[in-house]
Amino acid sequence: MSAIGESPPRPDGFAKTSGAARYVDDVSLPGMWHGATLRSPHPHARIRSVRWNPGKAPEGAVCVTAADLPGRNGVQLIDDGWPILADGFTLHVGEPVALVAASTRLEARQALAAVEVEYEPLAPVLSLEKAESLPPLYQLAMQTGDAEAALARADAVIEGEYRTGHQEHIYIECNGMIAWYEEDSLIVLGSMQCPYYVHKALVHALDLADDKVRVRASAVGGGFGGKEDFPSAIALHAALLARACGRPVKIVYDRHEDIVSTSKRHPAVVRHRTGVTRDGRLLAMDIEILMDGGAYATLSSVVLSRALLHSFGPYRCSDVRIRGRVLRTHTAPNSAFRGFGAPQVEFAMERQMDRIARTLGLDPFEVRARNVVEPGDRLPTGQTLDPSTSARLCLEEAERRTGFRARWKELEDARARRKDGEPMRGIGLSLYFHGAGFTGNGERKMKSPVTARLLDDGRIEVLTAMTDMGQGCAAVFPQIATTAGGIDDDDVVFAAPDTGEVPDSGPTVASRTTMIVGGLIARTVAELRDRVLAWRGGNAFSSPLPRVGRAMGEGPGVRGFAVRDGWIQGPEGPVERFRDAARRFREETGPVEVTLRNEPPEWQSFDESTYQGDAYPTFAWGADVVEVEIDPDTLAVRPVHVTAVCEVGKAIHPILCAGQIEGGTLQALGWALMEEIKLQDGRYLNDRLATYIIPTIQDTPRIDVHLLEKAWEGGPFGAKGVGELPMDGGAPAAVQAIENAMGIQVDEIPATPEKLFQAQSREIAG
Amino acid sequence: MKTTFTLNGQSTEVDGHPMDRLLDVLRQQLGLTGTKEGCGEGECGACTVLMDGEPVLSCLVPRFQCEGRRIETVEGIAEGPARAFLEKFVETGGVQCGACTPGIIVTAWALLQDNPSPSREEAREALAGNLCRCTGYEGILRALLPEEPSR
Repeated sequence: MSAIGESPPRPDGFAKTSGAARYVDDVSLPGMWHGATLRSPHPHARIRSVRWNPGKAPEGAVCVTAADLPGRNGVQLIDDGWPILADGFTLHVGEPVALVAASTRLEARQALAAVEVEYEPLAPVLSLEKAESLPPLYQLAMQTGDAEAALARADAVIEGEYRTGHQEHIYIECNGMIAWYEEDSLIVLGSMQCPYYVHKALVHALDLADDKVRVRASAVGGGFGGKEDFPSAIALHAALLARACGRPVKIVYDRHEDIVSTSKRHPAVVRHRTGVTRDGRLLAMDIEILMDGGAYATLSSVVLSRALLHSFGPYRCSDVRIRGRVLRTHTAPNSAFRGFGAPQVEFAMERQMDRIARTLGLDPFEVRARNVVEPGDRLPTGQTLDPSTSARLCLEEAERRTGFRARWKELEDARARRKDGEPMRGIGLSLYFHGAGFTGNGERKMKSPVTARLLDDGRIEVLTAMTDMGQGCAAVFPQIATTAGGIDDDDVVFAAPDTGEVPDSGPTVASRTTMIVGGLIARTVAELRDRVLAWRGGNAFSSPLPRVGRAMGEGPGVRGFAVRDGWIQGPEGPVERFRDAARRFREETGPVEVTLRNEPPEWQSFDESTYQGDAYPTFAWGADVVEVEIDPDTLAVRPVHVTAVCEVGKAIHPILCAGQIEGGTLQALGWALMEEIKLQDGRYLNDRLATYIIPTIQDTPRIDVHLLEKAWEGGPFGAKGVGELPMDGGAPAAVQAIENAMGIQVDEIPATPEKLFQAQSREIAG
Repeated sequence: MKTTFTLNGQSTEVDGHPMDRLLDVLRQQLGLTGTKEGCGEGECGACTVLMDGEPVLSCLVPRFQCEGRRIETVEGIAEGPARAFLEKFVETGGVQCGACTPGIIVTAWALLQDNPSPSREEAREALAGNLCRCTGYEGILRALLPEEPSR
């Protein structure tokens, strides 16, 4: 049995290193055809006509347009306002207008030429400035106290405007789906984070019964949010083509198509007005958030919600007003990307803290230390922070490990003495937090279930809908199950995420997999174990549910019997292998199955109209220190070292947990320094890997991760959600380091050499 | 046009257009799907295979260039003496989603044949053409650098 806190090899590791793991593009079915998508070349146009000329297409090819849809033309997510295929109008470049399928990939592409579309171009809205005067896709506001009054009595009011750009996920495996019919059932296999989202979208648009649609996840080659909503659309496309040609149809995007047409992180503009005392304490915040939602709302409303709830940073402030809007532009819908709105607003808050520090003559550590939240403090939402609140712990540990303050001062002083042509060095610090699980009442509404059942041979099978997109739930879940149940590694198996088999334990998103579903697995396995013990001891099924928390797995057991190391232990020692008892139980009584649903803590309540209450059951915390070197001629920024101190509750599998932080930190540095989407006439110019640059190993600094653990009572063995946390900290720390090196103000990322040159020129001019 | 080459130690003959990408020959004609396509334009390294022992990007290699060559894919490497390296690669957190992994295994294995204990800089240089979006490369380097302290 692998104990909590050990790092066993991930079970899919050998398959992935040897090339045996099966991703969607590795699967080929007999008679399978290939699909291709005809996309709008216009950011905004009326579609006058769509004509399919089969005579110009390869023999037998089929075409599907909006006119051929059997039901509603909407991809069901939060609502179904996102069309499956453009109908009447197209609202962004790359929007799907028609689908074709043919026997090979090449023929499918050739068939695209047989679709004639007549467009009447219309004026597009392509900038947030222009979109700001138009009705938003969504808006939210919250306030606590009286921000205007508090601003009026502040010693100083500091204003700043901060901008962040698009970010493309660049999961190394592009999006892809295969759909086929077996008798009257539709089967979909593909790369996805959320099998039941795909299932729901198929049922909704194709008007099929729930049990006539089955969705299975293949191996998933990275997600980062990019496989949260788009797989639903691609699955629909593949299913419509399979229906049209009567064969299995595969659609796998190539990289160019994936970048052109799928979602990105929302670009954002965040405006702050902060009232402070002379000694740097925050009295009031007035925050305005604008996000570019693209052409359709998809998940933007919940992204904005999370943005609002992280926009005040891990700081104390009693008078806060926040307004947020998602604006509509004629670009592909922006949607989920690791962090889900929090990285943009935390970047802005951290930059604002630095502006406050500079204005008041404080160093970056001091301004944070004077305002950081502590256990028992109340957030602007009114939520009282629990005892595991670790913002100060992370801040002080980062200082202790890096000597940030002294180094920052040293580099500030060095800047004045630096000779022309010398490399510029700078160091930056950020403090950040992330709420795990669905925002607000999301988990309570979902009440997601997990099932555990006994197999004929006495093993426990655990069924969840979670997909392992690399984060490692395939390793972490067995650790949780074996420890909670006291059983051996060989005593438990996990069902593949297949909606025909597993219950809807919710989407693999929002840093909820370990903390929420993992906790549920622990309770469910322990309950099933207790049923076996109760049967063996002749009891009725009356054992109480084990408490979710650190002591799980050491629970009282039943009538003096417990399970340890795979053996049922009585008062005198081991009495029988658990699996043998379970097998006899199963033989005697037939199917034995336990399904438990997630129940958020009773105290957690959130008012969605006022945004007051407990938005998240708990938070994970972090502080990053980034040191950079900047070439004085090219202004290229090279991060040379990163220290990330993260408080994660409990690291169930420290290697994988640190892996989340290492990888997330690098994604944050890429977003901060190099990843850039430029738009021209609504088209992304950086639409391939030759032009959209993500960090290579040569761009990557040494990343030292230090995990701190303050167990949270509600998580399995104390664990908090961690997947998104590291995305929040890298960018503000890197940009502060640039300022430390160059002595300029940088309010926008990516901080490319061009932007730094402009900022430097402004500084010299101004 | 027929092309003959040695694939993972076996003489192999395939027929098709001379400009077919080696990547497609491997994946579609020969069923060796361990080699992945990440970008199709030589930027990401996911499709790396060895040609006469040197890492090449199979999305940029036309079939005709393989005539008489020795090609090794991740499947061939995994069957050979690389097993212990693969295990270490998993243990150090070198693998997350796995989509870049075959290309990185191939590139890293080639490096280790020439240089069994590379420095951090040597390993970074060898892997400069392989993108990974999950790991931040730290877990990959831990697998390659014996002196890195374990976590």
